[in-house]
Amino acid sequence: MSGPQAQFFEFLKQGKFMLQRVKSSNAYVFYPREFAGASDDWEWVEASGLGEVYSRTIIRQKPERGGDYCIAIVELAEGPRLMTRILGVPPADVTIGMQVEAAVETPDWNPQGGPVVAFHPATQHGSFRRAP
Amino acid sequence: MEVFAVPHELRGKVSIAGIGYAGLGSSPGFSSLELLAQATKVALVDSGLKLTDIDGLCCATFYHFFPTLTVAEYLGIRPTWSNADMVGGSSFQSYVLQAAAAIHAGLCRNVLIAYGSNARSSRDISGLIETPVFEQMYKPPIPLAGYAMAAARHMHVYGTTRRQLAAVAVAARDWARINPDAGIQDALDLDDVATAPMIADPLSKYDCCLVSDGGGALILTSTATARDLRQPPVVVLGGGAAHWHREISQMPDLTVTAATESGRRAYEMAGVGPGDVDVVQLYDAFTINTILFLEDLGFCRKGEGGPFVSDGKIAPGGDLPVNTNGGGLSFVHPGMYGLFCLGEAAIQLRRQAGKRQVAEAEIAVSHGNGGTLSHQCTTVLGSLASL
Repeated sequence: MSGPQAQFFEFLKQGKFMLQRVKSSNAYVFYPREFAGASDDWEWVEASGLGEVYSRTIIRQKPERGGDYCIAIVELAEGPRLMTRILGVPPADVTIGMQVEAAVETPDWNPQGGPVVAFHPATQHGSFRRAP
Repeated sequence: MEVFAVPHELRGKVSIAGIGYAGLGSSPGFSSLELLAQATKVALVDSGLKLTDIDGLCCATFYHFFPTLTVAEYLGIRPTWSNADMVGGSSFQSYVLQAAAAIHAGLCRNVLIAYGSNARSSRDISGLIETPVFEQMYKPPIPLAGYAMAAARHMHVYGTTRRQLAAVAVAARDWARINPDAGIQDALDLDDVATAPMIADPLSKYDCCLVSDGGGALILTSTATARDLRQPPVVVLGGGAAHWHREISQMPDLTVTAATESGRRAYEMAGVGPGDVDVVQLYDAFTINTILFLEDLGFCRKGEGGPFVSDGKIAPGGDLPVNTNGGGLSFVHPGMYGLFCLGEAAIQLRRQAGKRQVAEAEIAVSHGNGGTLSHQCTTVLGSLASL
């Protein structure tokens, strides 16, 4: 047995990006918690992975320290927002309103070392990219 | 903003009777507790009270898990009431409201609100960067990334510009240049700010507050007692606090803060509206803060903060004097700035601000911000004449 936080990270290790869905309202919740949308009657569902950049900033960093990177808040198609990084595009090209899709990645910059949900510019078919 | 003048039981009952600062700027060789105690000494002398008169204590720092226990032991006092509400930089506005309630309820008589930090000398701001789990993994610089994204969103939705953000920094610097205690006195113009390299787009270093050392202290007592003390009483007319999120990703709308709610309740308690306010002290950790809080506290409409600040309106000589000490941007910012926001409001109402004095200041707003636009607390202060 484990709590919703540990369960989320277990899913992530399997390449799955999961959201909580409140059964009574069909509202989605992120980040995972005991009371999702003030309800304890919820279930895990796989995220569509689609979203839109709600806001973003470029963290300026010298090339020898890894260079600039884009921190963003993405609003998921299901409604919730999360902090993330936008990858696969120069940071300066990331705009508010840009359509993006999720990918489970294991980057070298995560202090905890495990997989994270990052986002890339959406492809035409907009499919969710799972970890290989 | 519509304000209902409902007389509140707490309105005017408690006053700030003493103010003290110590070691502002750079104070290597002094611990945070030493700076806090030095400021306390100044505030006691200012008020005419003695340390043995203090029976209430409010404090929090970056460094202490049990701040009131540590500080009471260090000062050698045994408070009958204490409060260590830790909500970030706005903790001090929260303390004023809670101390007023405690004094009015008879739980204590004279409350010391104190702060000390050697954030600049020690480079230790570890207390600030306790980051929630679902942000840590992306390594955002905290809290810079959150404020940058709020600024970016405001620019996107309302067309706010880099030059309008720059106008906030320039106004703060112009005030600092007539405040002899301010950390930075160099001239700054719009081009300096607007052309400075970005550190987290759309913010440059000039859009970010100082990192300073310093201590600050306030002494609160009943207005009846304060009338007989050394300084003109600065009356607590109203206060209100609100918080809607902790992590920036959970903020309902990055362009609207909980100051809309804290401000409304503070105005209601005070029985005044933004149009009655003579001088404004806003927690300006970043230039976007000033714009957001001017909007959310009703000094202009949502989205119009950029144009509002761009023509010198908040600068020396402008219609609405804002951050008359130079603010966190150019006066001092020892990690948690809220106490200094209160101190400057009180100094203005006491008419002791020297060259930067706002003529006939009777009502002041001091607004604190904690976390990443997370906790908002508004305090309305007045002179005795405002009662």
